Amino acid sequence: MDNNNKKAWLYLLPAVLFLAVFMVYPLIDVLVYSFEEGYNSASQTYLGIGAYNYSYVLHDPYFLQAMKNTFILVMITVPVSTMLALLISLGLSSIKPLRDLYQTIYFLPYVTNTLAVGLVFMILFKKTPYTDGLINLMLAWFGSAPVDFIDGPYPAKLFVLCFYTVWVVLPFKILILTSALASVNRDYYNAARVDGTSKFRIFCRITVPMISPMIFYLVITGFIGAFKAYSDAVALFGTDLNAAGMNTIVGYIYDMLYGDSGGYPSYASAAAVILFAIVLTITCINLLVSKKHVHY
Amino acid sequence: MKIVLQNLTKTFPSRNKKNRADVIAVNDCTFEIPDGRLIGLLGPSGCGKSTTLNLICGLLKPTSGKIYFGDDDVTTLAPEHRGVGLVFQNYALYPHMTVKQNIIFPLENLKGEKKLTKQQMEEHALETAKLVQIEELMERRPSELSGGQQQRVAIARALVKMPRVLLLDEPLSNLDARLRLQTREELRRIQKETGITTIFVTHDQDEAMSISDMIVVMNEGVVQQIGKPQDVYDNPVNLFVARFLGTPPINVFEGKIYGNTLYIGENAVLTTQGLSDMDVYVGIRPEGFIPEENGPFVCRLNRVEVTGRDSSVISTHTCSLNGTIRSIINSDCVINTETDTVRFSLKPHKVCLFHKETKERIYFSGNESTQRRQ
Repeated sequence: MDNNNKKAWLYLLPAVLFLAVFMVYPLIDVLVYSFEEGYNSASQTYLGIGAYNYSYVLHDPYFLQAMKNTFILVMITVPVSTMLALLISLGLSSIKPLRDLYQTIYFLPYVTNTLAVGLVFMILFKKTPYTDGLINLMLAWFGSAPVDFIDGPYPAKLFVLCFYTVWVVLPFKILILTSALASVNRDYYNAARVDGTSKFRIFCRITVPMISPMIFYLVITGFIGAFKAYSDAVALFGTDLNAAGMNTIVGYIYDMLYGDSGGYPSYASAAAVILFAIVLTITCINLLVSKKHVHY
Repeated sequence: MKIVLQNLTKTFPSRNKKNRADVIAVNDCTFEIPDGRLIGLLGPSGCGKSTTLNLICGLLKPTSGKIYFGDDDVTTLAPEHRGVGLVFQNYALYPHMTVKQNIIFPLENLKGEKKLTKQQMEEHALETAKLVQIEELMERRPSELSGGQQQRVAIARALVKMPRVLLLDEPLSNLDARLRLQTREELRRIQKETGITTIFVTHDQDEAMSISDMIVVMNEGVVQQIGKPQDVYDNPVNLFVARFLGTPPINVFEGKIYGNTLYIGENAVLTTQGLSDMDVYVGIRPEGFIPEENGPFVCRLNRVEVTGRDSSVISTHTCSLNGTIRSIINSDCVINTETDTVRFSLKPHKVCLFHKETKERIYFSGNESTQRRQ
């Protein structure tokens, strides 16, 4: 190895060390844990090696519930939030007066603390001995019976979770899309106008393809972010998510490690590896689809 | 299609906090463009020529004034109903579509009776592509084309729906010098073949002079002069037009008329019949100098540049406003470079006089030969 090479490695050493200790080692460790059967964290011993942990996790009704919740959350919130963000940013870029004000308002959820937002949602949705919550109050105007969104039926709870998630992820998407829209050269629109293109066709044939890389970026990060959802559910339904039936995969992993029923790093690791496999698959599918529809 | 602009004015609201007055981009423009001609809209940057073009195509609404295509008043008509094709300076080709899709795009917008079948569209597209000679590039993306090819695609896209008027905004400015020469010939050919009234904007007077049937010279939103390129060159109506047209530029001097004689400094260079005594600007085209041993116009000789076909004599004079005087003379003339003075006599029809204050043209007896041609 020549001198330069040695020097290069020396300069890289801090970063490499840091990544190795805090990224690579834990990743490998998780994989190892997930195959160690009957691991005892007190004595740091295990009985054997095999796929039992996976089998246990995949048969655990709590995990299946968490998986179902996560999948529904992902499938609803990613398309809905992306569409909504696109509509709102289109609106923002076509108005002139008060645009800055609206932009600030739409960006507020991004800088607001998750738990504070959770509290606001409690006021909106939670049933207490004193009030049924603001939403129920409004529902009552239309003659509907009060619904308990926090401790009530599963669809109501899921609705609140999706609503919350969409609301929280919107600002970032709006920010990205408004700047993407602003960066499209006006000449394309002028050219289309001179050729008599309808507004809708301009949107479909010019605007969307032009900002497709940004939309794609938002979809991928949206998928990954939604699969990792956890704190939103905690903010709404408290820490005992299994009891509420609103657990997510990441919530399940956390509970297996530290929760009341916790202390099972092997099960947690197996669940984490399963989550990784799911996210990897979805991302690969996204990449394949994008090859056809994204124009760089 | 004849195009008539009548008292066309466009103002933009001022963004300057200190000066609230509106910015006048186009000021009371009135001119007429005959049918089937190639017209160059010429002027320095920021003179309002692109704004004029956008007004004609309808992307901008005039503050006041009227625009007619033939006998139709199109002033309030939206661009898509005017039947114009527009080629943008940066071409504005849709990068995610192939050349064919780009050319077909305007056709797909047609509605009602004009609606075409897929096959008709393809035929039209191919026809137009052949006209601009890009038929073998139909499946490529714009990013896979050279600048000149992109330019052709942009022209094809503007032509495919057979517009009444073709407008080009600085069509050649994104091309390198060699391609520019080629493309402007091409532009001329396409215009001749289609016979569509074509207006193109340029700040390059060479470009405008070489291919236009007519040029419109603008400055600060005001039309200065309209005419055939050679006429405008020979007979500028004011100092701006004289200085703007011609490479190398016209030589301008401070002079005065005294007793029917034009003086530049101490030199009595020409006789001018019928003009009262006054101070003037004197513009002399580079080709208006004849080196003569006893010529009346005495300049300090700097150097002689020989290009083969002709020679440029670079000299100075205390009254010159250009710095150096550049005169182009036949290379047969031998200039004695040993001395430090050079003497010229002047061709009267290459000399233009301009009023000192208004900068308007003053005609004198020597201009008759060029004036008669108009």
